[in-house]
Amino acid sequence: MATQLLRRTTKILSSANPNPPSPLTVARAFSAASTPIRATLFPGDGIGPEIAESIKTIFRAAEVPIEWEEHYVGDQVDPRTQSFLTWESLESVRRNKVGLKGPMATPIGKGHRSLNLTLRKELNLYANVRPCYSLPGYKTRYDDVNLITIRENTEGEYSGLEHQVVRGVVESLKIITRQASLRVAEYAFHYAKTHGRERVSAIHKANIMQKTDGLFLKCCREVAEKYPEITYEEVVIDNCCMMLVKNPTLFDVLVMPNLYGDIISDLCAGLIGGLGLTPSCNIGEGGIALAEAVHGSAPDIAGKNLANPTALLLSAVTMLRHLELHDKADRIQDAILNTIAEGKYRTADLGGTSTTTDFTKAICDHL
Amino acid sequence: MTPLRRLRPLLKDLVTQKTQIRHVTYMPRPGDGAPRAVTLIPGDGIGPLVTNAVEQVMQVMHAPVYFEKYEVHGDMKRVPEEVIDSIRKNKVCLKGGLKTPVGGGVSSLNVQLRKELDLYASLVHCCNLPGLPTRHENVDIVVIRENTEGEYSGLEHEVVPGVVESLKVITKFCSERVAKYAFEYAYLNNRKKVTAVHKANIMKLADGLFLESCREVATKYPSIKYNEIIVDNCCMQLVSKPEQFDVMVTPNLYGNLVANTAAGIAGGTGVMPGGNVGADTAVFEQGASAGNVGNEKIVEQNKANPIALLLSSAMLLRHLQFPSFADRLETSVKRVIFEGKYRTKDLGGGDCTTQEIVNAVIANLD
Repeated sequence: MATQLLRRTTKILSSANPNPPSPLTVARAFSAASTPIRATLFPGDGIGPEIAESIKTIFRAAEVPIEWEEHYVGDQVDPRTQSFLTWESLESVRRNKVGLKGPMATPIGKGHRSLNLTLRKELNLYANVRPCYSLPGYKTRYDDVNLITIRENTEGEYSGLEHQVVRGVVESLKIITRQASLRVAEYAFHYAKTHGRERVSAIHKANIMQKTDGLFLKCCREVAEKYPEITYEEVVIDNCCMMLVKNPTLFDVLVMPNLYGDIISDLCAGLIGGLGLTPSCNIGEGGIALAEAVHGSAPDIAGKNLANPTALLLSAVTMLRHLELHDKADRIQDAILNTIAEGKYRTADLGGTSTTTDFTKAICDHL
Repeated sequence: MTPLRRLRPLLKDLVTQKTQIRHVTYMPRPGDGAPRAVTLIPGDGIGPLVTNAVEQVMQVMHAPVYFEKYEVHGDMKRVPEEVIDSIRKNKVCLKGGLKTPVGGGVSSLNVQLRKELDLYASLVHCCNLPGLPTRHENVDIVVIRENTEGEYSGLEHEVVPGVVESLKVITKFCSERVAKYAFEYAYLNNRKKVTAVHKANIMKLADGLFLESCREVATKYPSIKYNEIIVDNCCMQLVSKPEQFDVMVTPNLYGNLVANTAAGIAGGTGVMPGGNVGADTAVFEQGASAGNVGNEKIVEQNKANPIALLLSSAMLLRHLQFPSFADRLETSVKRVIFEGKYRTKDLGGGDCTTQEIVNAVIANLD
């Protein structure tokens, strides 16, 4: 027991962590499994509350030491955040440093920021991590996908800076900064190292956009020199797309600027079966991790106990890995994969007839 | 309408790519059989190998084309004037890839050539070739991509050290003409649906302008279905359900990605034909990924895949109104692929050299 704790602390303190080990992480290493970690939970809209219940049930059955703080999206615009998310919710995530977010439907209208934008800006979430694994048992055309896409989340083509020069001519700015590129590259290599990945590929279009993607590549190269044991390569994005659809095993960890990251991460989600099965995690400054389900809120099946909790579950597993609770994460992930592989309990979108509660119970039985 | 009328022959002849039975209804004009001059740019890397393959096959077929070769390499500062004059004179060009140095100070010559000759639409025809095993069936997608503006304007500057800006320019003029080309192509080739690919939920003004132009043109073609799809959703659908796409029209960058993805699911960029079309000239090259010239190992061992350029030269022959030669060439190439004995490594074959494939194609010509 003592050696295990010692091993965990030395791992935390020795790994080149861009987010320096906060007292919280070190304290966690010393704490016994019984002291719960507080995490913020946003159940979200539509099918959100059902799948959040499912998560809580499974975590309780697996005895994961997490205490959930639930926050709901309000129906009034909070002037401090200019959106429907209250200041208290954001403070809670900042305090707890981990969170889990269900699908949120952005209300249409003016006078407020979109929910995702609020979270991103206020919590300074700079990297979006999507691990894509083929689920054994759910057959798609690609059976051997095993890659992680890490996407820069704050700048690039999505700065939203556009204007009309004259009638019929529009300009849109794409901004790449050294600071943001270095940050995401550091995280990518750190992730590769802590998860035992061997290769990091930077995706770019620097043969055409020489200065912008050139700067991104320069930053990646600088960080690559600090991690000599990890192979680093650069791939042009059109080659990357083609190689991904022909042979996804060629890639391991992909690090990309914003637009390419958006497209490639969705492409990889398509390779494994769609957004209903893809986990996703947003990393922010100061070690904040907000895992989320990227699918929609599916209002048509809300409340009918038909939703598939897999995406949110796998995101929660990613969150556990971030918290270094690897054994619990492995147990839950194996349970999920075994349940889907068995094929007896599957929700409607995977081609089965089970309800959410049946599926949850099957996973608990597999733990 | 004049540029469009000039484009009709190109588009009309592209339709006969699929149906081999064709009713010849055009009257050849006097002097039509005279050999036409075609500018040939071998290019870098595997370029010379594959253009050599095309030259050999054309010679054996006694096709009424003769090539004017010009050396252009990717590290030149700009395309030489004489080459551009030659292309303007001949109106057609066949080229291998031009390698662009990554991150260097030279702008891509492929892009420069397109801007200089105002080749505003790039066309890649991705379809399953019988006999070539792929993960997806029923793929028959034509990606038409705006070729001159968008993210490839090349307007970048460093604001302060460590912060770089790049301008993406979208104009109504360019969006409209590529949308018109796409719909006219769909109309003349009996295609049922045109899909516009965009990211207008984030880039509201820029892609919004592109979509507006597409919608306007769509109202003039009521028989063709039109829909819009966001680019990340589009890529996801391409890898799971590619049957739903028919003709796709996109701005510059997304077009690059979508064309490469579509080419990948239909067999790879080594077999997809394509070309760049302007009002006056047409440049035919390997369908997607023209900047990819392979690595030195392939060049040394002569194992480049000439199929893409051979199919593109068939498109060129049709454009020059020699449909019988085009048909013969295509049938032969498709037969070679169907047999499966001679395939390069990227198609899953063994160690086949370019020359072996060329010999097989020549042997299969009727």
